[in-house]
Amino acid sequence: MRIGVVTFPGSLDDVDAARAVRLAGGEAVPLWHADDDLGAVDAVVLPGGFSYGDYLRAGAIAARQPLVRAVVDRARAGMPVLGICNGFQVLCEAGLLPGALTRNSHLHFRNRDQGLRVERADTAWTSSYATGQTIVVPVKNGEGRYVGADADLDALEGEGRVVVRYVGGNPNGSSRDIAGVTSADGRVVGLMPHPEHAVEDLTGPSTDGLGFFTSVLQGAVSA
Amino acid sequence: MPRVVVDVVLKPEISDPQGQAVLGALGRLGHQGVTGVRQGKHFVLDVEGTPDEAELRQIAETLLANPVIEDVELHLTES
Repeated sequence: MRIGVVTFPGSLDDVDAARAVRLAGGEAVPLWHADDDLGAVDAVVLPGGFSYGDYLRAGAIAARQPLVRAVVDRARAGMPVLGICNGFQVLCEAGLLPGALTRNSHLHFRNRDQGLRVERADTAWTSSYATGQTIVVPVKNGEGRYVGADADLDALEGEGRVVVRYVGGNPNGSSRDIAGVTSADGRVVGLMPHPEHAVEDLTGPSTDGLGFFTSVLQGAVSA
Repeated sequence: MPRVVVDVVLKPEISDPQGQAVLGALGRLGHQGVTGVRQGKHFVLDVEGTPDEAELRQIAETLLANPVIEDVELHLTES
């Protein structure tokens, strides 16, 4: 399975994301923000970092680039897309996922190992987990506070579209401890924490993050 | 040359920790009369020819502001 990893000016975690794809058994395909099209990829990861300096709003300028519009079009046709941290911000700005990420309530950049509860184990990116399972992966953000209108959040909860929730403390003041959400069809997932940094014992707090990448590969096999 | 000023501010229901930090500083400086601060963004656009208000509104609502969390106001002036 070919999984595209997009590099924007200011991306930081594209190399780790590509490595996680390879460790899971996939083929990582580097994509450059100025590319005209996605080529022959089966899924896309939008990595963390500070695309275009996060000028205007985090992810706002990246979300309007032609390559990301192509990702949006393919996602609406069912291609799996994972947005991590800045990638999650891009997906919200692009309108592919609901809500928005804003300045942390305490105004500090927060980085630590973070507990997450998997609320949905039937999305394209979380099928390797069990519902209710707790995992530990790094979180690192300054603008990671997930917000939305109360009615919209109620609808999101009602539709079961919260994928992962913070446990053991909320690092940024996100509404309802929401760490990640999914599209209605479960193919697009965005989350602020970094599963790609928790794929090897040597460098991560766990290898819990690898499941995001094995999930999408298993999905391709069973599809 | 026509100038368009666009003000963007978080919707009232979205909490604004930056504004709250400014409010805290005002309290410490003795300005007890200020009871609320909302921090936003201010854009100044210079426009050639006659401004197309519909186009400018579209620019404001689809790029300069994120309508999920922000309200936007347009003001047309001359530079």
